[in-house]
Amino acid sequence: MKEINKIPCRKSITSTLVELGQKDKDIVVVTSDATGSATLDDFAKTLPQQFVEVGIAEQNSVGVSAGLASTGKKVFVFGPACFYVARSLEQVKVDMAYSQMPVKIIGVSGGVAYSQLGATHHSLHDIAVLRTFPGIEVYLPCDARQSRKLCQFLVNHNKPAYVRVGRNAVPDVYDDDNFEFIPGKANTLREGNDLTLIGCGETVAHCVEAADMLAKEGIRARVLDMHTLKPFDKEAVLKAARETGAIVTAEEHSVFGGLGASVAEVTAQECPVKMRILGVPDENVIHAKPLEVFHHYGFDYEGIYKAAKEVLKG
Amino acid sequence: MDNQALKRKAELLRKKLITLIYQGGTGHTGGDLSVLNLLTVLYNHTLNVNPSDPKMPDRDRFVLSKGHCAEALYTVLCDKGFIDQTELDAYGTCGAHLGGHPDNSIPGVEINTGALGHGLGVGVGMALGAKMDQKNWKTFVVMGDGEQAEGSIYEAAMAANKFHLDNLVAFIDRNGLQISGSTENVMPLESIYDRWTAFGWDVKQINGDDIDSIVAALDAIDWKGGKPHLFISKSTKGLGVGFMENVAKWHHGVPNAAQYEEALHDIDIRIANC
Repeated sequence: MKEINKIPCRKSITSTLVELGQKDKDIVVVTSDATGSATLDDFAKTLPQQFVEVGIAEQNSVGVSAGLASTGKKVFVFGPACFYVARSLEQVKVDMAYSQMPVKIIGVSGGVAYSQLGATHHSLHDIAVLRTFPGIEVYLPCDARQSRKLCQFLVNHNKPAYVRVGRNAVPDVYDDDNFEFIPGKANTLREGNDLTLIGCGETVAHCVEAADMLAKEGIRARVLDMHTLKPFDKEAVLKAARETGAIVTAEEHSVFGGLGASVAEVTAQECPVKMRILGVPDENVIHAKPLEVFHHYGFDYEGIYKAAKEVLKG
Repeated sequence: MDNQALKRKAELLRKKLITLIYQGGTGHTGGDLSVLNLLTVLYNHTLNVNPSDPKMPDRDRFVLSKGHCAEALYTVLCDKGFIDQTELDAYGTCGAHLGGHPDNSIPGVEINTGALGHGLGVGVGMALGAKMDQKNWKTFVVMGDGEQAEGSIYEAAMAANKFHLDNLVAFIDRNGLQISGSTENVMPLESIYDRWTAFGWDVKQINGDDIDSIVAALDAIDWKGGKPHLFISKSTKGLGVGFMENVAKWHHGVPNAAQYEEALHDIDIRIANC
């Protein structure tokens, strides 16, 4: 794996908001006692009039955010992903999605980022749940640069959205800013026609690594960065299915209802191909460090590599 | 509009409301009737809203947190000119625009409600937005009394106190009944006054059945006191229809043809006495 960047995705987003918030007073950040864990210290210090702390009250933080958004504020609400797509789920459903209030949830320390803290702190259901709410968009950026581009886009985007990022810094998938970020359009990171590897969020770097391992054996794997889970890039999936004939998906999420399921819903109906869905099975996650969890359940680069070989064997 | 005119309007709207529920075949009749006086006063005496420009930037904001009483809101919004009578006529039919809970595709509705315990938090956000922009418009939120068991309300109550939202006015339609019976049997709520006072709110009790009491309370709000305002509006579930008054089954009951005629008769007597 490549060397890890020093800037976590959450910090990339908050730094971008500090910069943009100084020019745009309508940018407001709401949080539920997550200033430290979301890296909001600079924002709170620099822009105190645009910073709203509601205490450990995720339901209220979403409700208040919706109310603020209704007055024209560009609201980003920060807190652990695990709580925002569980404790405050009804507020997300009604006050944000159903009411079409363009609040942006930045769910930090998502997936299994809290590692040893266990199931209460994991968010392995968020994609599955939020996909079923009409009108809300779902993003999992894969590195610091993409997180920044996403944030720049979301500031003036008039739709409710959920963004999941991890806790620790991750390897750069994009080495410079010279790349496109088009919401709802997957990025092709490696060209290839032998099979396709699709990742989202932190598994994208693992897909790239696995593709490079396969390339050494003469297997050319296409790699898609599916940064937007909703709206979903059906065309990229169909193209991959038609042109490569086999797909492996890898996600830091339950195998139910997430990236793999989204891909399978498309291929099963329009272009059936051999598939493997890598993710967390129907069990409470082992207590371990995040990369150990990735490895244990086989959605790290080694697991993806193995799955690719298996799926090609048929 | 003076108080006498408001009283007459409330009774005329009561008749329109019962007709809406009867013709639509659905509705939360008891709570609609208990909150109708309050909505009549708010929309015809207090709120700065404009039916020809529902999104007017400096309008006052209204949130019906007890969203199940949508029929009362629709009746008032139609009377004000926000929505057409044809929309009310279609209520209860397949594909009708108006549903059993309000949504903000309807002119004059700010936010979708129906899940209880949401409206106050949204209202806090609205009032906070006005404070941030140094605007003078106000936010009004109407809650039910059974709704007071929802814990999210108290998260919002704390935040309103923290941010000194004296531009936020909440009401509890205290009719004493919810779907399963007496609120005090389902989940004791008293003392509502002490509870909200302890949360740092400016709390007043009013008679929600009495237009004069509502008008006087709203006219006396201290907009500079640094505290959010709560009115405990003591009301009668089913107000104005004798056989519905204080009967829990009318929470979600719909009158049959004979009951509808009897209800109209009761209301006609009230109109004659205005």
